[in-house]
Amino acid sequence: MCLAIPAEVTKLLPDEMAIVSIDGVSKEISVALIENLAVGDYVIIHVGYALTRIDPEEARRTLELLRELSLEGQGVAP
Amino acid sequence: MKYADEFRDKEIALGLAKTIRAETDPGRPYRFMEFCGGHTHAISRYGLEDMLPDNVRMIHGPGCPVCVLPAGRIDMAIRLAERSEIILCVYGDLMRVPGSQGASLLKAKARGADIRMVYSTIDAIRIAEDNPEREIVFFAIGFETTTPPTAVMIRLAEKKQLSNFSVFCNHVLTPPAMQNILESPDIRNIGRVEIDGFVGPAHVSTIIGTAPYEFFAEEFGKPVVISGFEPLDMMQAILMLVRQVNENRHEVENQYSRAVTRDGNLRAKEEVSDIFELRDQFEWRGLGPVPYSGLKLKRAYARYDAEVRFGMNELCVDDNPACECGAILRGVKKPVDCKLFGTVCTPETPMGSCMVSSEGACAAHWTYGRFRDHQQRRAS
Ligand code: SF4
Repeated sequence: MCLAIPAEVTKLLPDEMAIVSIDGVSKEISVALIENLAVGDYVIIHVGYALTRIDPEEARRTLELLRELSLEGQGVAP
Repeated sequence: MKYADEFRDKEIALGLAKTIRAETDPGRPYRFMEFCGGHTHAISRYGLEDMLPDNVRMIHGPGCPVCVLPAGRIDMAIRLAERSEIILCVYGDLMRVPGSQGASLLKAKARGADIRMVYSTIDAIRIAEDNPEREIVFFAIGFETTTPPTAVMIRLAEKKQLSNFSVFCNHVLTPPAMQNILESPDIRNIGRVEIDGFVGPAHVSTIIGTAPYEFFAEEFGKPVVISGFEPLDMMQAILMLVRQVNENRHEVENQYSRAVTRDGNLRAKEEVSDIFELRDQFEWRGLGPVPYSGLKLKRAYARYDAEVRFGMNELCVDDNPACECGAILRGVKKPVDCKLFGTVCTPETPMGSCMVSSEGACAAHWTYGRFRDHQQRRAS
């Protein structure tokens, strides 16, 4: 019930709907909960709705931090 | 899958596990509750518990909306679905949830009730448009993540002037349930669970933001780290909690910054507050009545409220006395402590709701954890 997945917006449709692609599989979802969405944005979808946009810059920063943290326990300076 | 696979890297996970091990104090326990069923699922699925030191224990909380829906609400929905004029639209996970005396929506459907599984509230609207001569009722359930889609649906029904459409509202709120776990009076009967920190819900927080959890950090002195659902997200969140505990801090931190902000999704929150208001109390399976934890439609939308429209009476049903869901939802017991686990209660024939949803503690343990128990028994 809580499982939700990231998807890329590939087409905006009328009535606050959009087509998203999940690993190449297309799905029609509602984007009524998100303002100013653009094609190419990534969103998290849940029960057929985009809940939020994914911030690419924050994602990159988290991945960088994860790499650093994973090295810390091995006595390796990141 | 972009923004998923990168957060599943095994090498980094193993590195994080080492860092966690290096930073935990072997002389003290670290007991963290993940409130959300999505986290329970991820922990079981990726075997995260096996990567943690023995003194770091994950406690699976009540955060699966299917698991906490009381049997009485299922009975109410079945009664509704048995009326010939009604088409009941439900999310698929609800079909097997046990009502009283083994009843379920699946069995009601087999007996002829018109119950349709929908993926999205948009589907329910389409069914209403296609069947103007019938009454369409949407069985709305879920935390703060599924509530905005229900709100959008009601707004859409209004815009389309659908007069054959209503909602059986079972939406609940996470913060009051978290509070209930920490301070409910009947914890005396079940036993208090010691919690050193919370892994805060990911998708609920995309909507409500991190701010509502500041209360827990301040009032209860518990650290909260909002975490994404991928295995690396969870490992990082656990490390962040370990650090807070070690440093005697209790703050709200946000690991899932790529999707969650402090304020959340303002548009979604606005939709919800336009249409819903708090119930004085709502019953949770295993937790009992929790004050101000459920939502109902505002009076202005009463025509879309199935409980008003069809004069539905509240039904209260006692849970199966052998089912330990109540203690499991609070993290006091583990699935294997229930004597029904894996014998009479399996995902095929669930006795309690923790076995129904794949995010429930019992189902997650059934699917991914029981082999580990077996291995551990053999090893010891
Ligand atoms: S195993 Fe079944 S009966 Fe026992 S607590 Fe879990 S859901 Fe309830």
